[in-house]
Amino acid sequence: MEFIGYMGDVFTPINFMLLLIGTIGGLILGATPGLSPTMAVALLIPFTFKLDATQGLILLGAAYTSTVAGGAVSAILLKIPGAPANIATTLDGHTMARKGQGARALQLSFIASLVGGVFGVFLLIFLTPVLAQWALAFGPSHLFWLAILGVTVIGSLDSSSVVKGLLSGCIGLWLATVGFDDIMGAQRFIFHDAVAGGINIIPALIGLFAIPQVITMFANGRKPSETEVLSVERHPIREALKEVAGRTRALSIGTAVGSFIGLIPGVGGQIAGLVAYDQSRKVSSEREKFGTGHSEGIIAAESANNAMVGPSLVPLLTLSIPGSPTAAVLLGGLLIHGIFPGSDLFDNHPQVAWTFINSMLIGQIMMCIFGLYVAGLAARVAQVPNAVMAAVVLGLAVFGSYSVQHSMGDVYVMAALGTGMYFLERFGFSAAPLVLGLILGPIAEANFVQGSMIANATSNLGSYFLTGPLNLTLIAIVVASIVYSAWMEIRHRRYTTKDEAVAKEEALS
Amino acid sequence: MRKLIAAASMALVSLTGAALADGHENYPERPLMMMVSYGAGGATDFQARIVTMTAGNEDALGLPIAILNKPGAGGRVGWNWFATQAEADGYTLGAYNVPHFIAQSIEGGVSYTADSFEPIANWGADPAVFVVSADSEFNTMEDVVNYAKENPGKLTFSGAGLFVGHHIAALQLEKAAGVKLAYIPNNKGGAGAMKAVIAGEVLGGVNNLSDAFRAQQAGNIKILGVFDLERSDFLPDVPTMAEQGFDIDNSSVNFRGVMVPKGTPQPIIDKLAETVPEMFKNPRVAKQMKAGGSPMHIMTRDEVLEMWAAREETLQELLSGL
Repeated sequence: MEFIGYMGDVFTPINFMLLLIGTIGGLILGATPGLSPTMAVALLIPFTFKLDATQGLILLGAAYTSTVAGGAVSAILLKIPGAPANIATTLDGHTMARKGQGARALQLSFIASLVGGVFGVFLLIFLTPVLAQWALAFGPSHLFWLAILGVTVIGSLDSSSVVKGLLSGCIGLWLATVGFDDIMGAQRFIFHDAVAGGINIIPALIGLFAIPQVITMFANGRKPSETEVLSVERHPIREALKEVAGRTRALSIGTAVGSFIGLIPGVGGQIAGLVAYDQSRKVSSEREKFGTGHSEGIIAAESANNAMVGPSLVPLLTLSIPGSPTAAVLLGGLLIHGIFPGSDLFDNHPQVAWTFINSMLIGQIMMCIFGLYVAGLAARVAQVPNAVMAAVVLGLAVFGSYSVQHSMGDVYVMAALGTGMYFLERFGFSAAPLVLGLILGPIAEANFVQGSMIANATSNLGSYFLTGPLNLTLIAIVVASIVYSAWMEIRHRRYTTKDEAVAKEEALS
Repeated sequence: MRKLIAAASMALVSLTGAALADGHENYPERPLMMMVSYGAGGATDFQARIVTMTAGNEDALGLPIAILNKPGAGGRVGWNWFATQAEADGYTLGAYNVPHFIAQSIEGGVSYTADSFEPIANWGADPAVFVVSADSEFNTMEDVVNYAKENPGKLTFSGAGLFVGHHIAALQLEKAAGVKLAYIPNNKGGAGAMKAVIAGEVLGGVNNLSDAFRAQQAGNIKILGVFDLERSDFLPDVPTMAEQGFDIDNSSVNFRGVMVPKGTPQPIIDKLAETVPEMFKNPRVAKQMKAGGSPMHIMTRDEVLEMWAAREETLQELLSGL
């Protein structure tokens, strides 16, 4: 309960001002395509040079929490996921916004973010010592199996067809091998300097999600039927609150999956949203509604990606090991003030540590209030005519990909992947499994290589990867996930008539 | 209208004329940019931001230096860009990491060598150290080597990757102790390698002194030896490898500094070589670096040129066996 004692520090005028600046700035930075939470926090670090340690961390903590939530804005309104964490949000969020219910989608996402985020920070406050041990429990073999578990999600993530989902997942896994290999430094598929460093995930995301819809909008631009202006429904916040409260299943799955996965160093928030989305669809009674603008999809995805914020800092704050890229940037922010995370932080600088954690807690609430306040306004983006919208999204896509590492190469990668994805979408493939493959490929590969090197030096491959309670549990979940997907596919086939299948194909093309 | 155009072109001509005649005396006239080939938040990026924060002072360059991150492939992406695409106009600086880029150029597959760059000054030296987890049975390097002698090839230890300082240190240790070890490169850099040690995935590890110092303060690890010629101010109690009877020099020490692309005008190089080391000596820089546990080691251009050449030679020899 130590954290309550330091709560007052957050509310001194200057600190609270910084918290508000961090929150609003974070929302804006998060909503800007191409600016991931990691980059947003890195951009703010120079501003903390002049502040004292507590104030600097209030700014960074508030910015971190709100950029993660802010990413949902561009995911929902523009179909450009601000960061890998928001991929799952586009699936239902953007569809909902296209129906004129952008305000509802944004409200749901902010409320779900708040619930997940607050839960995650409470985990950080109360269970840090336990969680630290848990974070260390995952060695190379376990991370390998975890990545394989993610691969089994690939097949079921695409609602139309398991085979197409797996195929596009394979394309993603292949793309993940491009560039210098992380461990050996071997060069793979480098036919142009732009891809020497591998395919950067942010430009890839922007390309895969935004470009196909830009091309579609340009292609349809002149059709008279498209000129009708979409009416944007107003949506009272009360309704959104009621809806989130009614979707306890999606909310609890999202929060649990997000905090569990956020804790594991190296896997982090990138896949939390997608795994939560997939899991809540598997147990949902309205399974078929996912992907058509269903509220459960948004709630699961957004509660998961904010729930991961708190736990993702556990390895940093207790063991001084940054578990995620954003944590690494925060480490820099701490070091610049001469504060070493670890036991030193809580013993000798409790004020800094707890004020930082409190600022994330209060930051979540402020983020939700501001988010809800602007949701109605922001949702009007959907009223912009398609031709204008296409130009704006294209501009943002180029800007976003370039700004990641100031490289035209990334813009080319974005454009190439986006154009390719447009044609793949015409054949019924979807982008989400492809991106998941792109994210999971390096995790699975690097951990397998590392694990096998350790195994070859100490025991043998079989016993290293296939024994031990954690390995066996993960393998069991992998098998269960595959069996479940296969069973659902067979059952689905049996009950789908030929007419339905034809109708579906036509709807897609 | 015609008059206007004529006047404008006259003005333009006289402007360019002025710039040409000026011969870089007024350099720098606009803010500078420094490329860091590692991601934001990493040790190199963090230190680069601190050492350049006083660039805008009147006694330094008088104009700020902005940091530009071009991470990827262990620094190869950034240095490739710097060697081939960066403008040699004096406004594009780069951060170097020795032995990384020299080892990579020896390994091949990149478009730079030590000759592609002109060093300006060195700001830091982060030696590699050998670490084991706090509850490890090893207490000295002798324990480690004895274990490796009894179990050849079974002593697993982590490091940040191949062809980086940690890998060089590992190769030197194998050679000096005459044992076979199992070096496990980590894809998450020094932080990932440190996690592997603390979590007990490997028996030991090579890591940066600055990161190891922090982890030791947190009570997670023991530091058994420093891969450098002298003991570090941060760790006065930890002996060097040479003190423990291993013939290991400072080849693996991670030197960080500023360079410009080859072809940058000599007057600009001279001006930078004169000002930048002084800029590093600013007490504010020293204070922030010390607070972050980052050892400083300021070297002038001539000293860096010498160090690069020496490094090139030792690394050629060490890596030729691979």
